[in-house]
Amino acid sequence: MAHDSKRPSPKGKKVSLFVTCMIDMMYPETGMSVVNILEHLGIEVDFPMAQTCCGQPAYNSGYRSESKQVAIQFLKAFKDSEVIVTPSGSCAAMVLHEYPVLFEDDPQWKAEAERIVSITWEFTEFLVDGLGITDLKARLPQPTTFAFHDSCHGMRLLGLGQAARTLLGNVENATIAELNEHEVCCGFGGLFSVKMADVSGAMLQKKVNNINASAASIIITGDSSCLTQMNGGLSRKGSSKKVRHIADILAEGLVGEGK
Amino acid sequence: MKVESQNFIPAAQIAIRNPNIQEAVTTGTRNSYVKRNLAMSTPTLEHGEAMRQQAAEAKRRALRNLPDLLEKAEANMKANGITVEWAQSSQEVCRLVVEIAKKHNVHLVAKSKSMVTEEVALNDVLEAEGMEVIETDLGEFIVQIGKTHPSHLLAPIIHMTKPEIRDLMVKELGMTPTDDAGEMTKFAQAHLRHYFLEADMGISGGNFILAETGSICLVTNEGNGRMCTTLPRVHIAIVGIEKVVETVKDYATLTQVLPRSGTGQVMTVYTHMINGPRQPGESDGPEHVYVILVDNGRTNIYDTDYAEALACIRCGACQNACPVYRSTGGHAYGWVYAGPIGAIVTPLLVGMENASPLPQASSLCGACKQVCPVNIDIPRMLLDLRHDLVERGETSKIWDIGIKFWAIGNKSPRLFQIGGAMARFGRNHVLKNNFPGPLGGWTDYRDFPNFAPKSFHQLWKERQAAKNTNNGGANNG
Ligand code: SF4
Repeated sequence: MAHDSKRPSPKGKKVSLFVTCMIDMMYPETGMSVVNILEHLGIEVDFPMAQTCCGQPAYNSGYRSESKQVAIQFLKAFKDSEVIVTPSGSCAAMVLHEYPVLFEDDPQWKAEAERIVSITWEFTEFLVDGLGITDLKARLPQPTTFAFHDSCHGMRLLGLGQAARTLLGNVENATIAELNEHEVCCGFGGLFSVKMADVSGAMLQKKVNNINASAASIIITGDSSCLTQMNGGLSRKGSSKKVRHIADILAEGLVGEGK
Repeated sequence: MKVESQNFIPAAQIAIRNPNIQEAVTTGTRNSYVKRNLAMSTPTLEHGEAMRQQAAEAKRRALRNLPDLLEKAEANMKANGITVEWAQSSQEVCRLVVEIAKKHNVHLVAKSKSMVTEEVALNDVLEAEGMEVIETDLGEFIVQIGKTHPSHLLAPIIHMTKPEIRDLMVKELGMTPTDDAGEMTKFAQAHLRHYFLEADMGISGGNFILAETGSICLVTNEGNGRMCTTLPRVHIAIVGIEKVVETVKDYATLTQVLPRSGTGQVMTVYTHMINGPRQPGESDGPEHVYVILVDNGRTNIYDTDYAEALACIRCGACQNACPVYRSTGGHAYGWVYAGPIGAIVTPLLVGMENASPLPQASSLCGACKQVCPVNIDIPRMLLDLRHDLVERGETSKIWDIGIKFWAIGNKSPRLFQIGGAMARFGRNHVLKNNFPGPLGGWTDYRDFPNFAPKSFHQLWKERQAAKNTNNGGANNG
């Protein structure tokens, strides 16, 4: 029972949004961006109100039984879903890679966990790999230079990165610049950021330096956790640069759509 | 070597605030990482991945058959005239080496680079027995005169800047000050030369032992390994039991990825295949060759789910790729093996209670696994070790309680929303940008944004209500 990139095609199915606990509380507008983009594409979206968190904070700290309690709530919340889409590579990776571990020996939940694993998609890979959409025919109101920060779990566990670049690359008025060490962790790492704050802070400082040296004014990521870490560091250092979620930029392009 | 891994957090802080360590480690790791990436994607990335795949398979097969291969290796080495000894603990390694040295009336020992001898603190024991020991790998030599420890698997002094090395050599060896690396190297080599010629015994590690032929394989770049293993009368190779591979072909597979991953070289400058002592009619080579096969906790790992960690070929690539190692350097890890692989094998070899911060010393970014030539799933093992720590009750109570509350709040949709509202109020109106207790680490280094005035749950509810009213209105009209 491992994550298989060959999940059944999600085409033509209703989408349930897993917004993630972080976006829910801190960046709900990003959740709305996802909804707007999907609805713009004619996809029916629902939001199961019983959803909470994927369980990753406890899992990554070794608290598997606590993590599992929360993961069970995830399974319950999405029990009627046909396809789950989430604007987070990290939370998607938690479901796709770690639910198989959590529920491996659980006769009660194993089958449902397998079903959930087979229908869960990160937002950009859902559009590009799942639906085959590479061009949203979007246009940004202002010409803007972006660069990508590759969030670790999305990139290394799910092989993401290209999908978001493809989508943004096709948006009018968007230019993509380089970010040095774009593949190096920003230092967030969940509770690592507080348990090992000095190390996390040192990693962040390098990321901030690279962002400041980039030609881009906006750094794109697909994870609000990395975004919180990097924006927290940029703002602390008085930088004018910002990190934003790919879904928000794409949604803005749809508002100014005109291609 | 004394284990100081419990001290990781303060030691890391010291290293992070030391500008020399920062400069040296950042430059050193970045250079090797860039070269590694180039070497492993030449001619294509697919080619590099195929090499990794083959190497991983060769090492896994060797591990699966380890007991048999060790027997076969022992038999073939004996047939080659090598004396084979087994050591279960570090004390046994040291005792055996001392016995051999005494038997052959050894006074001066020349060593080539070996991590296992660091592990068992061999130099201290030999010196206490009245022998003179000289490290002949240039990096290890600097470590020795600086009375410190290697901080990296391949580059023992990666933590030092050039001026620091220069000053040490001026102070300890009377070198005429120079900033020319070539001059410094020449000076050190000249200093070492007579030790090679006069040493009674050479000690080396071993990168691989080939079961099929009973050979010890050593890869080096400086040539000191060849001198240590051929000039003195006696040669002892001290090798971990996990270094055995089955065939010459497996060695060929692994030697493709070892230098590429470590230094970005296609091949090391020297490759030695040691097949026993000098034979009648041969002009050089030692009279006696010993191999000490070291367990020192390895069979305990072999019997667990962490056995994969024994596939490590000590290339150092995971250290170069690791953003934590790049920030802390190796000494903060508090024992011989630093970086991602050290965070795994240290607690397994010295006991979890003596290294409990190490499995936490990772953001789980996965860079280590990505570059590992034998594809060891380090992040997976870090997660498993963290789980073990929780099960063994070796986590701090404040986190235990915090996570319990978190789980209660997150397994109930209603409590989740109430908890969210409380967190919002707490952040936006009470704590602002200055978190207390264990969360204070966040606001030490970064700002924390305000929570949104309304959660997505609330926004969605309002959106659905508005939709229903609109639909209702339309129906009515
Ligand atoms: S774990 Fe892998 S990358 Fe790290 S030193 Fe060992 S072989 Fe090299």
